Amino acid sequence: MTTTHHEPYAGDIPVRRMTLWQKIVRDRTFIIMTIPAVVLIIVFNYIPMIGNIGAFQDYNPYGGITGSPWVGLENFLDVLTSASFANALKNTLLITTFSLLFYFPVPIFLAVLMNSILSTKVRTVVQSVIYLPHFFSWVLVITIFQQFVGGASPLSQWMIRNGDAPLQIMTNPDTFIALVTTQAIWKDAGWGMIIFLAALSTVNPSLYEAAVVDGAGKMRRLWHITLPALRPVIVLLLILRLGDALNVGFEQMYLQRDAVGSGASDVLDTFVYFEGIQYSKWGFALAAGLMKGIVALLLVLGANKLAHRMGEAGVYQKAG
Amino acid sequence: MSVELSQAARGPQKVFTPAEIAALPIDHRIDGIPNQRRHRNANRPVWEESPSTWGMIGKFLILTVVVGLVAIPMWGIVVTSLSDAKTVQEAGGLVLFPKGITFASYAQLLSGGVVAQAAWVSVIVTVTGTVIATVVSALAAYGLSKPGTALHRPILFLFIITMFFSAGLIPTYLWISSLGLRNSLWALILPTCISAFNLLIMRNFFMGIDTGIIEAARIDGASEWKILFSIVMPMSKAVTAVIALFYGVGFWNAFFNAVLYIDDSSKWPLQMVLRQYVLQGQSIPGVDFTVAQGQLNSVSIKMAIMVLAVLPILIVYPFVQKHFTKGVIFGAIKG
Repeated sequence: MTTTHHEPYAGDIPVRRMTLWQKIVRDRTFIIMTIPAVVLIIVFNYIPMIGNIGAFQDYNPYGGITGSPWVGLENFLDVLTSASFANALKNTLLITTFSLLFYFPVPIFLAVLMNSILSTKVRTVVQSVIYLPHFFSWVLVITIFQQFVGGASPLSQWMIRNGDAPLQIMTNPDTFIALVTTQAIWKDAGWGMIIFLAALSTVNPSLYEAAVVDGAGKMRRLWHITLPALRPVIVLLLILRLGDALNVGFEQMYLQRDAVGSGASDVLDTFVYFEGIQYSKWGFALAAGLMKGIVALLLVLGANKLAHRMGEAGVYQKAG
Repeated sequence: MSVELSQAARGPQKVFTPAEIAALPIDHRIDGIPNQRRHRNANRPVWEESPSTWGMIGKFLILTVVVGLVAIPMWGIVVTSLSDAKTVQEAGGLVLFPKGITFASYAQLLSGGVVAQAAWVSVIVTVTGTVIATVVSALAAYGLSKPGTALHRPILFLFIITMFFSAGLIPTYLWISSLGLRNSLWALILPTCISAFNLLIMRNFFMGIDTGIIEAARIDGASEWKILFSIVMPMSKAVTAVIALFYGVGFWNAFFNAVLYIDDSSKWPLQMVLRQYVLQGQSIPGVDFTVAQGQLNSVSIKMAIMVLAVLPILIVYPFVQKHFTKGVIFGAIKG
């Protein structure tokens, strides 16, 4: 199976060398194991990438890529000059910024709070309850909000009986951004806590002990031990968030679009969906989607580079 | 921490019978003697001061509010779905205190019609999808868990790229439509079957398994398949359970792929039905309110659909929840 040959500088000791093909034969079982997953990922992730060529065409699905006329960069110019694209981009960036300011700190706060609770029983109960909404679908989360704070909710009914107007929370475009951030916090802040708790569980208790010996009070220990322990995770998650800046809850926006209108709820993803699948402007939607994909990729790579520069591990390690 | 507590700090000693000692949680038994002071503050390090009264009240209030924000709506939904029309009317729509409990809403929904059909579709998609996804991921994760094997790097790279770049909505939609998967339940299963993230979590876990056991089995002549199914998988129950839950939740909650690919309403999953009849408030074909009148309220029916849409998660969750930290964080932090 294996060839042996003599390296001139290795004396008479035979050095075994395998060609790639021989290694493939040797490791065939491992390779066969990956085949189902590889096939799925190629069919459903890689082959569709070819379809992006249609962004440079006046694409129509019946002609396909071979049967559609080429238009060069025209679709991209159309997208960049379109007012609804500008609106979708504005909403996307606004929602990302908003969630960075108001959503991001919540799991950190919750983790520090939970870490200070000594009773394992209380911790288990609280964690079990607040992880739960993470596993709900967006449809359910929005339905829950609608049933509890919507215009037909018991709260609204009670307000009407008292002579007030019913709640407009679910239908007001002006406060929509606060609504979606609140929904995101309700759904995911508890779950977001888990990674910070893990980071805190690795802190060596002797650090706290030493700090106490040096006379550090509670606040000083929080500031000089607990928060620094969270720093790498915070940086990592901030970077992930940055790389993910253009992805803001597709389903969340899509489901509430009817209630608040497209002006407030259109984000890049829903924009692409409505332009392409609803209005059949295929080339236009393909161009918008491709631009979004490329910018998102650059954001991830840039953010990761930033992480390396800051001395953190980043999302993926450098090949080595 | 081995700090000796003085007898005074331990508090007055009570004599315990061996049976009582055995019944105590393990951290309360120090040298076989249950200790009352430690019993109260079992986890508090000796150097840490007790929290102030205001601190305790503050923490208690925050935690109560946080838990209440999740628990009260859930409780209200479940109780309302189980209440009869009279109770719902008296409560003004949302019942928090159980009274007049009836399973009529569920009987009505599950006796056939759109909701029962959708629940069935969701169950089929979730079970099939979860089994396929978990098996395929476990195989690939094990296949990639030995660095240095042939093609290890390029294959791994193939998966990692999908975490950073996706083809985009429109190309995927056009391709899946051209495969003839429209109005097929496979459109809800196959495109989301493999998540590189879940695969990497499993791979990290497998890589952490002591190689000694695997080497020993290999020397005994076990094939890699045998090693995977008889040694690695049984050792990885926690991570497999968590990954299966992640995939399962994904399939159960699948909504947008149904919007994209399923036009035929008899093939709608439950989340579509939830949106159509509860969120958008359309009337439900097959639910006859004239018959049910006096016994049922439409609010109860809506709440019952919401409960159905989350029921499997509520059932499986308690069993998998304890593995979250062990299973996921282990994988995530090492990765």
